[in-house]
Amino acid sequence: MRLVTQSNFSNPDAAFRLVVEAHRGLTDEQSASLDTALVLILANQVGDLEVLREAIALAKRHLVGDPSVRGAKTI
Amino acid sequence: MLQQSSYQFSYRRCREQDLPDAAIAHHPVVVVGAGPVGLTLAIDLAQRGQSVVLIDDADRIGEGSRAICFSKRSLELWDRLGVGGRMVEKGVVWSVGRVFHGDSELYQFNLLPEDGHKMPAFVNLQQYYAEAYLVDRVQELPLIDLRWRNKIVGLEQHNDRAILTLETPDGSYRMTATYVVACDGARSTVRGLLGVEFSGQVFEDQFLIADVRMTAEFPTERWFWFDPTFHAGRSALLHRQPDDIWRIDLQLDRDADSVEERRPDNVRPRIERMLGHSNFEFTWISIYKFQCRRIDRFIHNCVIFAGDAAHQVSPFGARGANSGLEDAENLAWKLACVLKGSASQSLLESYHIERSAAADENIRESTRSTDFMAPGTKQQARLRQAVLALAKDTDFAKRMVNGGRLSKPSIYETPLSSPDTDAWNGGPRPGTSMVDAPVVTGDGQAIYLTDAFIRAGGGFGLLEFAKGAALQLPDQVSSIRVGTHAPYSDPRGLLAIRYDATPGSAYLLRPDGYVAARFRRPTPAAIEAAVSRACGHV
Ligand SMILES: Cc1cc2nc3c(=O)[nH]c(=O)nc-3n(C[C@H](O)[C@H](O)[C@H](O)COP(=O)(O)OP(=O)(O)OC[C@H]3O[C@@H](n4cnc5c(N)ncnc54)[C@H](O)[C@@H]3O)c2cc1C
Repeated sequence: MRLVTQSNFSNPDAAFRLVVEAHRGLTDEQSASLDTALVLILANQVGDLEVLREAIALAKRHLVGDPSVRGAKTI
Repeated sequence: MLQQSSYQFSYRRCREQDLPDAAIAHHPVVVVGAGPVGLTLAIDLAQRGQSVVLIDDADRIGEGSRAICFSKRSLELWDRLGVGGRMVEKGVVWSVGRVFHGDSELYQFNLLPEDGHKMPAFVNLQQYYAEAYLVDRVQELPLIDLRWRNKIVGLEQHNDRAILTLETPDGSYRMTATYVVACDGARSTVRGLLGVEFSGQVFEDQFLIADVRMTAEFPTERWFWFDPTFHAGRSALLHRQPDDIWRIDLQLDRDADSVEERRPDNVRPRIERMLGHSNFEFTWISIYKFQCRRIDRFIHNCVIFAGDAAHQVSPFGARGANSGLEDAENLAWKLACVLKGSASQSLLESYHIERSAAADENIRESTRSTDFMAPGTKQQARLRQAVLALAKDTDFAKRMVNGGRLSKPSIYETPLSSPDTDAWNGGPRPGTSMVDAPVVTGDGQAIYLTDAFIRAGGGFGLLEFAKGAALQLPDQVSSIRVGTHAPYSDPRGLLAIRYDATPGSAYLLRPDGYVAARFRRPTPAAIEAAVSRACGHV
């Protein structure tokens, strides 16, 4: 596992807040576009396919009803 | 209204057709299909001294508009086969591509930014011209017996031979062959006769191809648009061909009615919007859907598959014909060696290893391009939109924009290569196709390494950067010696740079021009071992 899952931020609340604030006042459609651009920008910043793959797997673990995710929880 | 250059050939009854069944003729190689791949393979085999029967069910070429972009590697191969010069002379040479989003340019790329190569990055040439020039070359080679309107309809495999049944205007006849090479295209009859599966991905997206004749001043570059105002929400491609013909490729809706869309009355306004005028005439219109698929094994006993019969890709990247031609050059020398008895049959297995991996790479690249152009879900479309938007001001996103990654020869991970044992800081590693560079002959003629390789005779070649006395080479290896007291010199020093060479360095080139091994301090024993390995004797 190359992906860092310990907190990298000295102030995690501020980091979360920054992302949340970015969506203030946006429609869902705009939010989706914003997130999409962010994913690409941050993926490039990471610059490591293996880390990216692990991040995708982690994100998918909590996805509801995705047939491609083994062990996905359904509510 | 639609016209196309076409070349008509004639069927001739051959003597074999009159033989009684008990005396059917036997041939070492029968190549099925005289498309670009079959023609090229037959020529390469004949130049290696191998007689070939080449059959095709048609008697004309030039129906339909297909490939236009032929790669540097294909041109280098055709040059070795004596037709490269003609292709370049007739073709439109290009190396720059531009990618637009809306009406503004996102970026441009240059596929051959350096000089000192004999062949350009690409030429655009209608496939029918390429095929016609290949047929002309075939006709100069008495070892090739080209039979038009001979359609393969039956194929039986026995231990050491195949029995083919051919249908002609005079009825059917049979022949036997030690090897059959199926170059009969995407709808391969041979594949069907053997029941070989051809599986992969079918794309629902439809693309309109229009070839139009007009005089225009656009530069000879590949122009690709995402979401241009003249064709909102879709992609478009513009490419120049010889004879003032332009290839226009427009993405259509998935559910577009292909019969309606193909009608010139419906195509015309689309093209007028794109060009901003109506001074053009159509020479060809068609609508395509794409598939990316391959057969599992390229060799089934004595039947070998090459070109579209073995693999099919989407056209974005010009990987169809170009990769088929690479199949042909990969197979020709191996088959010739095996038939001559200078290599065992196991050499052929490397054809499957090398070219099926290349097919995977081509399928992967062309699938990625097609997926980028036609995103499947709403979020995938959003991702693409984000990449295009970010590409305006960031390098990373520009490099994710995928309007087709153009054909490049694969690097083979192959048992035929001898792994490096010395340290190299550049130069083509084993498994890579040779890199061209200028050289000068003893009498002052400026030529290229690819010429020197051709002059070396088409077998194995040792590119040797001279230091002291010439090496003793095994019989089947010709020398290409470069240096102060050698047959060739490298006055610009480009060859040494491109091969990361120091005096004494040497590269062993396979008969298809791929690097088999390289040495800082070659010895006859090491060269001998590398040649033996490259012939499949591990
Ligand atoms: C719109 C479009 C654009 C393209 N652009 C490019 C490009 O720019 N660059 C590129 O590299 N590729 C391109 N391609 C792909 C390229 O055209 C093909 O990959 C190429 O023609 C394959 O060559 P081939 O010799 O394997 O098969 P084919 O060209 O299909 O030739 C097969 C031959 O076999 C013969 N045959 C078939 N059945 C039998 C039978 N039963 N008996 C005897 N003979 C038979 C046929 O008559 C034909 O002559 C494009 C394709 C399309 C459709």
